[in-house]
Amino acid sequence: MNRIWAIIERDLRRFRRSPTLIIVSMVMPLVQLVVLGYAFGGKIKNLKVGVVDQDHGVPAVKLKEMFQAVAANARTFDTIPYTDQAIALRDLRNGRINGVLNIPPNFSRDALAGNSPRIALVEDNTDQFSASALEGTLDQLLVPYNTKSIPPRLSPDATLSIVEIYPYVPYIQYLLPGTIVLAIFVSAMIGGGIIYIDDKARGLHEGYLVTPIRKLELIMGFNLSGAIKAVIAGVVLVTCGSLIAGIPDPFNAARLARMLVVVMATSLALISMMFLLMVRVSDPLVPRAIFGVLNTVLFFPSGAVYPTQSFPGWMKVITAVDPMTYAVHGFKELILKNTGLMAVSYDIAYLLGFAALTMAAATLLFRRTL
Amino acid sequence: MADVEVESLTKRFGDFCAVDALTFTVEHGEIFGLLGPNGAGKSTLIRMLTTLVPPTSGTARIFGFDIVRDANSVRQSIGVIPQAMTSDLDLSAEENMSIFAKLYGIPRDKRRRTIRELLKAVDLEQWIDKPVKMFSGGMRRRLEIARGLVHEPKIFFLDEPTTGLDPVSRVAVWDMLARLKQERDLTILVTTHYMDEADKLCDRIAIVDHGKFVALDSPLKLKASIPGKNILEVSFSEIPPGWEDVLKRLPDVAEVKGEDHVFRISSNNGPRTTIELLEAARKAGVTVASLSVQSTTLDDVFVHYTGHQLRDALQSAPGYSSEFMYDRK
Repeated sequence: MNRIWAIIERDLRRFRRSPTLIIVSMVMPLVQLVVLGYAFGGKIKNLKVGVVDQDHGVPAVKLKEMFQAVAANARTFDTIPYTDQAIALRDLRNGRINGVLNIPPNFSRDALAGNSPRIALVEDNTDQFSASALEGTLDQLLVPYNTKSIPPRLSPDATLSIVEIYPYVPYIQYLLPGTIVLAIFVSAMIGGGIIYIDDKARGLHEGYLVTPIRKLELIMGFNLSGAIKAVIAGVVLVTCGSLIAGIPDPFNAARLARMLVVVMATSLALISMMFLLMVRVSDPLVPRAIFGVLNTVLFFPSGAVYPTQSFPGWMKVITAVDPMTYAVHGFKELILKNTGLMAVSYDIAYLLGFAALTMAAATLLFRRTL
Repeated sequence: MADVEVESLTKRFGDFCAVDALTFTVEHGEIFGLLGPNGAGKSTLIRMLTTLVPPTSGTARIFGFDIVRDANSVRQSIGVIPQAMTSDLDLSAEENMSIFAKLYGIPRDKRRRTIRELLKAVDLEQWIDKPVKMFSGGMRRRLEIARGLVHEPKIFFLDEPTTGLDPVSRVAVWDMLARLKQERDLTILVTTHYMDEADKLCDRIAIVDHGKFVALDSPLKLKASIPGKNILEVSFSEIPPGWEDVLKRLPDVAEVKGEDHVFRISSNNGPRTTIELLEAARKAGVTVASLSVQSTTLDDVFVHYTGHQLRDALQSAPGYSSEFMYDRK
């Protein structure tokens, strides 16, 4: 046990003297949280929609007034009147406007005759986000337009009432669980990957190997010291990230304690995984080379930035085994829903099981000789 | 029982044989030097003896403990200074030593006392709290030597401890090793390619080449084993035909090797050969451009046994008498 502590002590003393690398590992995810959170999180505004009115009838004017009301209030889009449809379509293709709304010549006649009047939206679907925002707003706009002035006494239409059980969650808050996991991952990558292999290449491990330390003591020492540093990164991200993302009551002691449990389980799982990946590596370039790939392969399928339900089958397989998936899920429950530990017990169990399995595999593969 | 007993120890990396069936012993209290060019197999041998590399075949015992079956007992009883400087730059001298004392399981009360004693022994007492990044190369090496002794081993393995150090630091490290050996009753096994150091400090030297010992004896006997007691290096401005034969006929000359106008003459009586050489040159009207006379050094032994000349000379070397010598045939 003393030998395990000696390894941990050495690592933590070095960390205290030159913490630059670990601080960098915390700064990168925080920057990502702020930039991605605000880049993706905002509502889409001021899209440009060309309106070609080929009808000029009273129902068409009513429709255009409703568009202008949106432009003036919600500002999802601004309308630009066109007289020539061909010019409007050319501007759409050139990217000057995001969509063209066409009111055909017989719109008013059909509307007054109750003959299913139609309007057309020609949209730039290379930008899915803007296109769906435009579609959504126009769909909503047509509901009041279609409302009869004297509604029937008994309506056969079914309606959907939506009940939101949690307060509105801005995207930056949705992103925070993933950011905490990312900070733990980066710390594991630097501590358990880059620094570990650099030490090995510099001959530092040779110093350990000539002492009577046992294989398991060495592995436990490396893993625990890496996990402690990852926990520090995780705790810093939990507090700073909560403040930046505007999580209500960020210093709730009970929730922080529950988060610490998930931070520790995540740190152990990720550092053990990293150690398993690095156990036979001796070239310092390897951890640097796989850093980006590993980050992409594990972070994006975890559901940190987009719901996992949308993934193709092969990616769902990664999602199912990826420890980050369970970590992200755990933090989402605790941060966004303020649940108890029972709600995340499966996540914690998976992370600890994953850590035990990878550490066992690393112990088998670890060579106590050069 | 010798401190180190090695029997047919071999290490192969694929088809390459790094250490080829070595057999030797190191007695208690000896400083045993392994001298050889880079890639000769010195480090691989030390790494096998210190349990870092498993041997392909053969056995070795340190204090009777087998290096494979009893590896942990071997580790507990040896001190090792690897070739690379492995002290932590961010940690202080005391912290570096304390971590290793803990790895060796030294109890807390003894730890502090031993560390202070050792740092004093290597003249680093006043640097005890300073981070190692402030240390020079020589100071770091001294700290590592102290670190290797923290569990009071009786045998000490050092792999090129002075490589990369300036001449002053090299002398300091060797002086310190000699002193520590006396004070702590150590057996030392050391690799080096500095022959002057090996000459001064080692009780016995093994010359290693291609994974084999080409010679093993005390420095004195090794020097006596090669032709001549003195080496004359002489260059002439111009030489008449048959001049090399004239040189070979000079009194006490054991061997002459020449290239262009420069000759290397092994002589059993340097001063006499020198006088006769100058006289012969005067008579023949040959101008001596430069001349130096020196005693045989380990450099000459080294070149003799490992250089290209060696391969020719080994076949017919006179005075090849030591019982520890190994023929490379």
